[in-house]
Amino acid sequence: MKNLILIIVSGALINNVVLNQFLGICSFLGVSKQMKASASLGGAVIFVITIASAVASLLYDYVLAPLGLDFMKTIVFILVIAALVQIVEMFLKKTSPGVYKALGIYLPLITTNCAVLGVALTNVQDGYNFIESVLSGFGTAVGYTIAIVLLASIRTRIREEDIPAPLRGAPIVLISAALMSIAFMGFAGLSF
Amino acid sequence: MNKYVERLYNGVIKENPTLILMLGMCPTLAVSTRALNGIGMGLSTMAVLILSNLVISLLRKVIPDEVRLPAYIVIVASLVTVTELLIEAYLPSLYEALGIYIPLIVVNCIILGRAEAYANKNTPMLSVMDGIGMGIGFTLALTVAGLIREMLGNGTAFGAQILPSGIDPIGIFVQPPGAFLVIAFIIAVMNAIGIKTRQRKLVDGGCDGMCAGCTAPCDKEVSAK
Repeated sequence: MKNLILIIVSGALINNVVLNQFLGICSFLGVSKQMKASASLGGAVIFVITIASAVASLLYDYVLAPLGLDFMKTIVFILVIAALVQIVEMFLKKTSPGVYKALGIYLPLITTNCAVLGVALTNVQDGYNFIESVLSGFGTAVGYTIAIVLLASIRTRIREEDIPAPLRGAPIVLISAALMSIAFMGFAGLSF
Repeated sequence: MNKYVERLYNGVIKENPTLILMLGMCPTLAVSTRALNGIGMGLSTMAVLILSNLVISLLRKVIPDEVRLPAYIVIVASLVTVTELLIEAYLPSLYEALGIYIPLIVVNCIILGRAEAYANKNTPMLSVMDGIGMGIGFTLALTVAGLIREMLGNGTAFGAQILPSGIDPIGIFVQPPGAFLVIAFIIAVMNAIGIKTRQRKLVDGGCDGMCAGCTAPCDKEVSAK
């Protein structure tokens, strides 16, 4: 039990996927301009990464590993993720138009979000079983959401500030991310 | 200028994938802790990029338009797997250093972005030159970022000690926050001397700026709304 909680906390805070491992940077920097969009993207990412980790873990344990097709994991995972995103999109469109409307345009973005593939590969690398993979996926995605929502609120605040001309745009966002990353390094001291 | 040479100039200077187009930020931030890692990552990506441009350009009349993205992903993923196995076999220390970021070349925006923006419309020869140009541009940017971080954070350049032993290096630069800071200041310096980064503008909070490379969703889905 303690082990499982540790996996979630470590995924969400200690090894934050964006600020510590640099996965999903593109959408982190691109979408964080707007608060609402960030929160929606965060929701979609939690959804997709959790499902993707579960499917990838099952596929690896019951298909790839027994057949000795270990080296195929990158190809298989990326195809599974692409297909999964499509299926989730169609499923949501049919069953819950409300959720689809909120997450819809962000779902296709997630296929090329390296966090999804990154988590699936890391889970296999760390030898996680099914439950551990799902929890690690969920924790990582929550970490992503925390990071992007925090950055979006920072960007809302600095929008009106008088920033030196060369730093406007991308540089100031990256500097904000750097400061967040320093703050998140503090979580490395967390222990159970 | 010869159009093949023009491709090289375009990739290295005019449309430098990292510094001007802002593509492939994940590996840029992640592996630039050492200049040598930057070179390793840059060259691995370049190898994949040249081959994927070549294959996609050769198949550009065969692949149906509707399924081109999945087809590109399969081609790129296969090439990345081959590259990964080769690195694991012949350069184990680089394999250790780059770790998870080698398989993640699959989702590097530069590769899908060039396939979509260039290789599926141009001849194989030109596409290969485009891959070489973009690859060199990416490698250079990674190496420069890696060199700055390594010098400030570790006091070395390409592994050789350059800082006198009395001065302590600033450790934070080889840690995650240093990556954000160094890239921020490289772009700030470029802004200050008037080199414009060219991020595609996208609407509706979908993805503006830096995630422009991952073509299809940004261009179509979002703007269709």
